[in-house]
Amino acid sequence: MLALIRRDITLALRSGGGFGLALAFFLILTLFVPFGVGPDRALLSIIAPGILWIGALLSCLLSLDRIFQLDAEDGTLEALATAPIPLTGIATAKAFAHWVTTGLPLTIASAPLGYLLGLPASGYLPLTLSLLSGTVALSFIGMFGAAVTVGIKRGGLLLSLLVLPLYIPTLILGAQCVTRAIDGDSTLATFALLSGLSLLTIALIPFAASMALRANLR
Amino acid sequence: MFHVQNIDAQRGTRRVLTNVSFSLNAGACLFLRGPNGSGKTTLLRTLAGLTPPSAGTINVNPDEIVYTAHLDAVKPQLTVAENIAFWHAVYQTKQTDTLTRFNLSDLAQRDGATLSAGQKRRLGLARLHISGCKIWLLDEPTTALDANHVAQFAQILTDHCSAGGIAVVSTHLDLPIPHAQTLNVAAFGAEDFSANDPFLEGAF
Repeated sequence: MLALIRRDITLALRSGGGFGLALAFFLILTLFVPFGVGPDRALLSIIAPGILWIGALLSCLLSLDRIFQLDAEDGTLEALATAPIPLTGIATAKAFAHWVTTGLPLTIASAPLGYLLGLPASGYLPLTLSLLSGTVALSFIGMFGAAVTVGIKRGGLLLSLLVLPLYIPTLILGAQCVTRAIDGDSTLATFALLSGLSLLTIALIPFAASMALRANLR
Repeated sequence: MFHVQNIDAQRGTRRVLTNVSFSLNAGACLFLRGPNGSGKTTLLRTLAGLTPPSAGTINVNPDEIVYTAHLDAVKPQLTVAENIAFWHAVYQTKQTDTLTRFNLSDLAQRDGATLSAGQKRRLGLARLHISGCKIWLLDEPTTALDANHVAQFAQILTDHCSAGGIAVVSTHLDLPIPHAQTLNVAAFGAEDFSANDPFLEGAF
């Protein structure tokens, strides 16, 4: 499993790996919002949590189809499925590697981008923490979508349609966490729910994904 | 060691083979023969555990099996040495002679993307040796190999079997393996469609 995580991270960092893709998209999206909305700092600071969370979510979506598709195309997935690693372990390793190469960089990039959008000072810590915890759920749910659509050539549209509705709870809780902090309300309950959601996806989704992979490998 | 009793093999929802049985002991090599589309790949995928058989039993420890398919499972962005190191880590083995056995020493630092089809195939086959598994399932292993490397691979296969390993090979070539048996897959062809779905039983 560790070997698989290390290999996936190496592949993501090499040419054509798509490590920069999510980060660049997130950067462009959040930098373009002020151009579209106008330089009204009061308005920007209100919509900043939503923009940052939607940006992170869409950036995450961009790299989902690579999770299994590339391995399926060159036969690695079949070889891994017959190797003495359980499929649940493969699915967990893949989702974790996806989080390290997308969720984690997005979390780190979110604070400086929050400053550009005029996020109030009380919002930075909840923003970073909610993204740190919430992107885990995004990676695991996305990995499930990728496992379901792995047999389909150019399955990007289906993958988005499948995954986006499942992303809604994470988006609501994550953005709420930041908004409540800015408004001076307690974020504890929202953050606990968000973290609970992430832990639930880690616990359950590898099993669902391994069933989907098995069905697609037949 | 490797007993297959009356299995039905299916591809998707179509039943391709019916009532296949064989029994292989240590050191045996079985060639699967048959025209294109007769079900050699389907049988190998079933034996490898990728598709559960819709009937019959396969008596074998799945951890003993290594399977090489039409695709070589070579990562184009990794070098040959890195590809080999990855599979060593997956199988938790430490063979030191993998590069020399498959004549890959000169290519160790080359990227997978720059290999020729035959070189890629040799790297794909190296996974057999890396795995340290007893039972090799090979789907057309000699495709894209030149005559010298076919002979070299036949020697590797012979060594594996004489060391007590088992091999099931689908091939159109006559590989010179002593005491090899042959199974004509076309004789087990099934025409009807299978209704029951083994997915839920075999999911984990």
